[in-house]
Amino acid sequence: MTSPQGPGAEVVLDGLSRHYGSVHALDGLHLTIEPGEMVALLGPSGCGKTTALRILAGLERADEGRVLVSGQDISDVPANKRDMGMVFQAYSLFPHMTVLENVGFGLRMRGVGQRERRARGLEVLQLVGLGDQRDRYAHQLSGGQQQRVALARALAVEPSVLLLDEPLSALDAKVRTQLREEIRRVQMEVGRTTVFVTHDQEEALAIADRVGVMSNGRLEQIAPPEELYARPRTRFVAEFVGLTNRLDAAVDGSTARVLDCTVPLLDGSVASGPGLALVRPEALEVRPESDGNAAVASRSFLGSVSHVTCDLDGGPEVTAQTSSALAAELAPGTRVRVSVAPSPVLVVPAG
Amino acid sequence: MKPSYTWRVTRVALLLLFGAFFLVPLLAMLDFSTRDLGGGRSGEAWLDLVRDPDLSAAIITSLLLALLTVGGMLVLLVPTMIWVRLRVPRATRLVEFLCLLPLTIPALVIVVGMRNVYSWVNYLVSDSVLTLTFVYVVLVLPYSYRAIDAALSGIDAVTLSEAARSLGAGWFTVIGRIVVPNIWSGVLSAAFVSVALVLGEFTIASLTNYENLQVVIALLGKSEARTSVAASAAALLFASVLLMALSYVGRGRRARKENLT
Ligand SMILES: Nc1ncnc2c1ncn2[C@@H]1O[C@H](COP(=O)(O)OP(=O)(O)OP(=O)(O)O)[C@@H](O)[C@H]1O
Ligand SMILES: [Mg+2]
Repeated sequence: MTSPQGPGAEVVLDGLSRHYGSVHALDGLHLTIEPGEMVALLGPSGCGKTTALRILAGLERADEGRVLVSGQDISDVPANKRDMGMVFQAYSLFPHMTVLENVGFGLRMRGVGQRERRARGLEVLQLVGLGDQRDRYAHQLSGGQQQRVALARALAVEPSVLLLDEPLSALDAKVRTQLREEIRRVQMEVGRTTVFVTHDQEEALAIADRVGVMSNGRLEQIAPPEELYARPRTRFVAEFVGLTNRLDAAVDGSTARVLDCTVPLLDGSVASGPGLALVRPEALEVRPESDGNAAVASRSFLGSVSHVTCDLDGGPEVTAQTSSALAAELAPGTRVRVSVAPSPVLVVPAG
Repeated sequence: MKPSYTWRVTRVALLLLFGAFFLVPLLAMLDFSTRDLGGGRSGEAWLDLVRDPDLSAAIITSLLLALLTVGGMLVLLVPTMIWVRLRVPRATRLVEFLCLLPLTIPALVIVVGMRNVYSWVNYLVSDSVLTLTFVYVVLVLPYSYRAIDAALSGIDAVTLSEAARSLGAGWFTVIGRIVVPNIWSGVLSAAFVSVALVLGEFTIASLTNYENLQVVIALLGKSEARTSVAASAAALLFASVLLMALSYVGRGRRARKENLT
């Protein structure tokens, strides 16, 4: 099952649909994942991320559509015959087995002998940094350790596809960051095709090769993190990923007028006439000016940069990102001029 | 340390109270069964347990019945309940209802209702007393169901089985190696309750004219009171020993786990 690019396999989800009663959990999902690539699936709660992953793992059947791995249709292959490793959102270590037995379970199912299981088990435990915990039971481990064992257990069988369903959502912020770096490192090291489900955009943008944004059982856009952020293709993506200001705009040809500035347009914008420009905080510039177009409402300090919220005269509230040095001069009430940097923006139909 | 002192006194008092509640009848039984007519002590009545052919046959019968009932119950209930939990959660209510049903039906009604079935069982299978196993399996269902259900609710059976399946385990492995070991305590208590129930069962056996332990004890009570009391005491002691052994087995497993750290 190995492909020329490495030990990972190509995965294609072809028009997957799944209904639960009247709920369309998946509604024609198309997704192609390159061998060895790490894709994060991002989306609001209930958009079908888990359902997609479960269908991929064979734990759920699709009403329509196919799952292809390395070009082969595996829709009818049962879960235990698919070459995939999965880490679940809920803790899923077998309580009656030690860490090492847990990690060796998949190998045992494949008929690997005791000795080799042990060697391989210790190897992957080392990889996730838990070599010294091998004789413990799940209830003696912290949540982060349990999820790392679960990761090791999934990796031990050297699956061609690794599936991670919000493996970090039960953990606190610090452990999350640490563990996601570790997951990325391990994934790069072993080169498995990986699908990482999360509803935390920071997590998705930080570790994935490409991020797919889902909504209502469909894929809205899939792109590398930078592109997704800088060039969102739909309003949903622009608003779901990162902070966005909504400003009135007038489209004319390939540019738009926003706050008396001319900015280029992204693909997918309205062709002409009035619209709503979705502008990132870092694309807004703020400078003190007594006859400006806004007044500072509040500031929040984020470290080297700050967010400054301004009330536009006769318009909405906007958030701009400035250096903290500049923000220090912008006490609430200061008159300022807010303008838009000439980076491309998405303009969507108003309303 | 006043509260803890009061607490300790209360605890000891309660323990004594319950101890007396259980032990006094047992001691009285022991006392009565070891008296002899002259006012001295003798073990005659206890020796009769093995000497009296009817009684020892009845003991063996009841033990066999207990064994078969536990076996039948486990084979019927454990896979069914696991399967329902994992694959057809919609059927949970139905299975629960069916399993609890025997509780609501008086033994007399069961016997009358079963007469027809049993004439066929006797005709097709055999008319051995061991055919009581079929009724007893039904009779122990409610208690066994509760015990196993509680254990199953204590683990995330669905996630564990999905994890095992994604690692390559088939359904037999999932049930035998993943779920059952984690509900072992529930399976054990189901087995124990069943044994205790079968050893103490009188009504159905008597109404169907089969001789199990309790029926023979009752008969003996009319002629050989001492022996019948000795047999009752023996059955009671056996059940308590079994209970302690089982709880020790459960604790032993856990202790072994903890010791590894
Ligand atoms: N077994 C089920 N029975 C009925 N409805 C279901 C079932 N599983 C999922 N759904 C529904 O399908 C939709 C998608 O669910 P899914 O679990 O895939 O969401 P998700 O994107 O993983 O959300 P979250 O981020 O909260 O985990 C939801 O509306 C959910 O209510
Ligand atoms: Mg989910």
